[in-house]
Amino acid sequence: MRPRIEFLDQQLLERIVSEARDLLCNLGIEIHNNGILELLSDHGARVESNTMRVFYTQELIDRSLETAPSGFHLYDVAGKPAVDLSGFNVQFTPGSAAIHILDHDSTESRTPTSADYVRYTRLVSGLDHLASQSTAFIPGDVHEKISDSYRLFLSLLHCPKPVVTGAFTVEAFEVMKDLLVAVRGSEAELAAKPLAMFSCCPTSPLKWSDVTSQNLVDCARHSIPVEIISMPMSGFIAPVTLVGTLVQHTVETLSGLIISQLVNPGTPVLYGGSPAYFDVRYETTPMGAPETQMIDCAYNEIGKYLGIPTQAYIGLSDSKLLDTQAGLESSMGATLAALAGINNISGPGMMDFESCYSHEKLVIDNEICGMTLRLTRGIEEREDFPARPRFEELLREQHLLISDHTMRYLDQEVAYPGPVIDRANRARWQEEGKRTMGQRAHQIVEQTVAAHEPVSHAGDVRKELIQRMRAEAATYGMDRLPEID
Amino acid sequence: MELMEQISESLQKGDAPAVDRLTRDALEQGTAPGQILDDGLLVGMAVIGQKFKAHEVFLPHVLLAAKAMYAGLDILGPLMEGDERLSRGKVVIGTVQGDIHDIGKNLVGIMLRGAGYEVIDLGKDVAPARFIDVAIEEDAQFVGLSTLLTTTRPVMKQVIELARERGIYDKVRILVGGAPLNRAYAEEIGAHAYCFDGMNAVDCVNGFMNRS
Repeated sequence: MRPRIEFLDQQLLERIVSEARDLLCNLGIEIHNNGILELLSDHGARVESNTMRVFYTQELIDRSLETAPSGFHLYDVAGKPAVDLSGFNVQFTPGSAAIHILDHDSTESRTPTSADYVRYTRLVSGLDHLASQSTAFIPGDVHEKISDSYRLFLSLLHCPKPVVTGAFTVEAFEVMKDLLVAVRGSEAELAAKPLAMFSCCPTSPLKWSDVTSQNLVDCARHSIPVEIISMPMSGFIAPVTLVGTLVQHTVETLSGLIISQLVNPGTPVLYGGSPAYFDVRYETTPMGAPETQMIDCAYNEIGKYLGIPTQAYIGLSDSKLLDTQAGLESSMGATLAALAGINNISGPGMMDFESCYSHEKLVIDNEICGMTLRLTRGIEEREDFPARPRFEELLREQHLLISDHTMRYLDQEVAYPGPVIDRANRARWQEEGKRTMGQRAHQIVEQTVAAHEPVSHAGDVRKELIQRMRAEAATYGMDRLPEID
Repeated sequence: MELMEQISESLQKGDAPAVDRLTRDALEQGTAPGQILDDGLLVGMAVIGQKFKAHEVFLPHVLLAAKAMYAGLDILGPLMEGDERLSRGKVVIGTVQGDIHDIGKNLVGIMLRGAGYEVIDLGKDVAPARFIDVAIEEDAQFVGLSTLLTTTRPVMKQVIELARERGIYDKVRILVGGAPLNRAYAEEIGAHAYCFDGMNAVDCVNGFMNRS
């Protein structure tokens, strides 16, 4: 039995969806993109052009929910299936788009560089519980106009895993799409075997900006999967109650899902988000708070009810250092998310309201992910009945350390963490250097980065990626590509 | 693969029947029993010990390797009677008086035997004098004391005091281990070493043997 956790009963869930549908149809959504307003109008939605407000119809909602896939795969650089986003399958991916990195040596947060990014791609390649990579942070040593595409470029060069990413401008999408096509060989092949997924974010409350809605359209046009990231903040730009926030999240997510399905029915979409309750003491949006995590798990239930795979930014911390808070918030979020069955769990490596990334935290979080994945496998019967022969053996042999049953099932029953998790007795821990978790994590970072093997790209793919990035960088006056030249 | 290497590999896999067969093959080919022990069985056990410390294999694999080692020793033993190499040393072990927990002590015994030591296991609830009597009778180099209870820790001290009284304290190394102990306590009662797990007990004994 796969263990599951739920926060909504059926009646409450259906009421939230019904109220959201009412808001979509009768209160409307503001969309600052004329092309999308026209598209929606053509499909029967009422558009108020002076306010850019669109009033969806129940029929539009139903039709879009029918065409959106109930699951899809992401494929690695070599074209092999790497991630199955359907049902109760869960996979972890690092959090994304941090603007700082926690420097291990100084314990200060600083602006990351392309060198940090390459180190990250090598690290994430070797962390087994992270099935995909993300464009985790923004290198500060490239022109800001290519700060999104440059991340994807380095990711595709150095890590074979599929990528969760996003474009900061309409123009950047084309560049990023071309990089992906360079790896796959053609747009058709990219559509058949998605290599990357783009985050597209509505603006709370109940609004889409021109850039993010256009990104959504552009992804759909190329059958590139999107995760819709609605970010209501309870008590500030969303109702203070978790239920009210869930209504708003449902409205904003469905409004984007419908756009994607009208542009290209069947576009793979994740029912995602990065909501948070708003902390009125500090004017912050805590990602590690139980309220935030409950909203995430609950909208995942709504996504599942609607038949759409899900995503959430959860399993991260607001702490500024690798301390106890970092561990407790990250593990609570990751555990809840995995048991709730959130398909794409984004967050590992992140702290400080997702503004800061840490290599060492990524290593520690990778272990948290491994432990939660073990939890999702639950408790299974393995030749346990009838019980008497096993216990007769135990009494006869005095232990079962080398019994056939033990040797058959030891590896299936127990998921051993890596050495970053300390399970030695005190004396052995002392003997092995009395190292803290941070020290152990740093050692794993060094070892994993050193052990990284270059990604083998087919044919001239590497050359083409560099050529395309060089041409794009040149348009912004950059004649040198960091970590390439 | 060379025969000694095959014995070592099979032992590391815990394949007792293969160790049995290969040991017989080696003898048939004229290899001296002592060489089979040193270059095949003990080499394999040393490798598995290192792998255990590096977290590459776990306790069951060490115990299976030890079991495979016995398969070889069963054949070599009768051929090597009186040969010092058959036993790297003699260790008297037991759970001290007042305590009947013997799982940890048994593990230590299995691992010491696997490492080539002769182990005289006195069982559980063993009176202090018995440890000393047997150590003297058997001319053992080591006495290993185990307990799981804080209440029976003082019995270990009694054994050590008795060893002093009977004049063997400087000759026989007394090792202690068990959940309620630590290095500081071991030093306080005068134990020669504190062993924090089975493999560490083997390391301690090896360390003393190498020094002597």
